[in-house]
Amino acid sequence: MFEAIAFYLFAFLTIAMFFITVTTSQALYALTALAAGMIFISAFFFILGADFLGAVQIIVYTGAVMALYAFGMMFFDTTRDVKEKKGNKYIIVGLSTLAAILVVVIVAVPMVSQNVVALYPAIDGVGNTQEVGLVLFTKYLVPFEVAAIMLLVAMIAGIVLAGKKMDLSITLMNDAAIEEEKNKKVLS
Amino acid sequence: MMEIGLTHYLVLSTILFAIGLVGVMRRKNLLLLFFATEILLNAVNVAFAAISHYYGDMTGQMFAFFVIAIAASEVAVGLGLLIVWYKRHGSIDLDALATMKG
Repeated sequence: MFEAIAFYLFAFLTIAMFFITVTTSQALYALTALAAGMIFISAFFFILGADFLGAVQIIVYTGAVMALYAFGMMFFDTTRDVKEKKGNKYIIVGLSTLAAILVVVIVAVPMVSQNVVALYPAIDGVGNTQEVGLVLFTKYLVPFEVAAIMLLVAMIAGIVLAGKKMDLSITLMNDAAIEEEKNKKVLS
Repeated sequence: MMEIGLTHYLVLSTILFAIGLVGVMRRKNLLLLFFATEILLNAVNVAFAAISHYYGDMTGQMFAFFVIAIAASEVAVGLGLLIVWYKRHGSIDLDALATMKG
């Protein structure tokens, strides 16, 4: 009973938040709605008993990803309204067809394949975090290490890409120096 | 009230995925396009966690962790590229990127 109430409440909230993210013309509203939607998504993980996944969702998405987006938005001109694409009839038709097919497939697949066997069944009397640790550090150890290397590569890529010319401060330079920098950038 | 089953979660995941697809299709601003891809990844994560719970298997949750890791690195690299592009062209609209158009 309570599970059903929680599911429908959070389903409504998540869909509303993501709908705002997709439709609003203000980048800041989109960012805030997306952060709220991420928090509401983590509620589903807690309902489903995946506590560790829910905590990771909050920490990584609303803690790291959203902070990164908020930081990145300081570089862009986000105060003006966002221009939208003019409606294309073929895209709308194709999109609705794709979504309809998706609904049918997603609802039908679990009914068709009833003979799914659990490869790593949940262990009784052990918390979710312990289960995650047991599976992650035995069967999925190599993918885990590869993911760590991938995150390191992404971090270095982010520093190299965004950190160029970080030592120059536009607020401390006079107009002539800024023009000179601009011309240099165009030529190079 | 009926019991919440796997189908409920899968339908919710589909709705969220469709919202993300709409966002990818109609957005012109690259930053908001990134937001739409985050919605897509989250929709898939909900489906993974639900299947993991209803089949009593940990593999779905493991995959959701890797999806989150990939999303984090995608944001780091993508935002870095976006900043470089904005410094060079002063705009992050998709139309400005059409330099390879024949």
